[in-house]
Amino acid sequence: MTRDATTMSPAAARAAIAAAITRIVPDADFDALPDDAQLRAELELDSLDFLSFVELLSGSTGIRIDESDYPDLATMGRAIAFLTARATDGGGRGGK
Amino acid sequence: MADFTMPSLGADMDEGTLQEWLVKPGDAVHRGDIVAVVDTAKANIEVESFVEGVVQQLLVEPGTTVPVGQVLAVLGNGVSAAPSGEEPVAPSPEVEAPPVAPTHAPKRAPKKAPKKGAEEAAADVPVAAEVAAEVTAERPGSVRVTPLARRLAAELGVDLRTVTTTDDAPIRAKDVRAAAASPAPVAAAPPEPVPEETHPAHQPPKADAMRTVIANLMSRSKREVPHYYLSTTVDLGHAMAWLHERNRALDVSHRLVPAALMLKATALAAQATPALNGFWVDGGFTPGGAVHLGIAISLRGGGLVAPALHDAADLSVEELMAGMRDLVTRARAGHLRGSELSDSTITVTNLGEQGVEAVHGVIYPPQVALVGFGRVVERPWAVDGLIGVRPVTTLTLAGDHRATDGFTGARFLTDIEQRLQHPEDL
Repeated sequence: MTRDATTMSPAAARAAIAAAITRIVPDADFDALPDDAQLRAELELDSLDFLSFVELLSGSTGIRIDESDYPDLATMGRAIAFLTARATDGGGRGGK
Repeated sequence: MADFTMPSLGADMDEGTLQEWLVKPGDAVHRGDIVAVVDTAKANIEVESFVEGVVQQLLVEPGTTVPVGQVLAVLGNGVSAAPSGEEPVAPSPEVEAPPVAPTHAPKRAPKKAPKKGAEEAAADVPVAAEVAAEVTAERPGSVRVTPLARRLAAELGVDLRTVTTTDDAPIRAKDVRAAAASPAPVAAAPPEPVPEETHPAHQPPKADAMRTVIANLMSRSKREVPHYYLSTTVDLGHAMAWLHERNRALDVSHRLVPAALMLKATALAAQATPALNGFWVDGGFTPGGAVHLGIAISLRGGGLVAPALHDAADLSVEELMAGMRDLVTRARAGHLRGSELSDSTITVTNLGEQGVEAVHGVIYPPQVALVGFGRVVERPWAVDGLIGVRPVTTLTLAGDHRATDGFTGARFLTDIEQRLQHPEDL
């Protein structure tokens, strides 16, 4: 939780996701990764990697990410939609 | 006087390449201190010393490949033996953080170099200093370097100290390539195609070497160890519900993954069934004492290591989770310790969420058992006479028939299953 997220552009969300993934998979190639590709399968993220990803992403955006939100991080496209929507909710508890 | 030798870091290691010295002549070394980094076919390993003393002489230069057992350094047993004693044997609390003092430039030869001539000993010293400087440049705290980038830098002859990155990102392969391409003429600049990034031309040798050692050891295991295989399906309904309930209230950094429960249940069961927790050596079984749980970790780019989580049965689930994360991180960054690779008493392989339903593993000699967990899947399952949908996993055991029979193995698997029904007690 480093800062308040009030709004987040899709570009900022993409950058945040890419930055978090890069910390785990340093050589991840985002150009070769379509927005609808399954991140975990494509990047071979095991459960610990995924947890680290959530932790980094939550830390850099200030957005709380619960276990029930994990499916929303399945692809780059869904993750961007999730972050931008959650950020405009004020970064707190969205729906669900 | 004691010799520090190339250690055997597991049954699959015949030789190792000394990569870095983390000590220099005159340094005091205590038992457990990390003194060198050794590259095996499988991984970079930080090697601890099992002896105490003051480093008198480094006999092997970085980059040299030597067989297991060869003397790498000579340690004396007192201050008097230290070369010119610029810092007389202080207790070395700084050993964890690699020793450095890059400013010192030891030009003096050790006064009393045992056996070897002074000039030879002197030749060793600058090397150590150079390495120490390199270590500073590459260690956390200053600059992080990905393993791929490190290998690439070595191949392209790029000095990592000259590589710059944006913000505080680790040095990556592309940074090394950029550095190699820009300043000096470099033989055959690497071609552009992006997919090459993950499978560059230099990687096959390492990957091949790892495949070879894995193949050799597994061939030996299949040839010499009479395996028996058992399998049972475990209802994880309680465990997963408990886990999700627990994680709901917690910050990400404290959340658990299912594997933590599986490993803890296995460690406790192994403690309760010592016949499966130990080694088959010289025609007999030697119990392992504590449970040092080997955890099979796949490395990016291929290959597998199975470092030990020490005393796993005595750790809380939270501690075990933290230990597991730490091991995985260090395994992939090339910072495993020698002891972690040599003393597992039983190994667990967990193919995880992306994997298949069951794994029938091959025992890692000289251990006598290997436990496998498949993917957690939802299946129709009968509970109290009713069919419901429950998360289940297939739990398997590969056992060494010389050490145990299926009866013991079955009891062991049942024990793990029972423990997973009571996650709150783990």
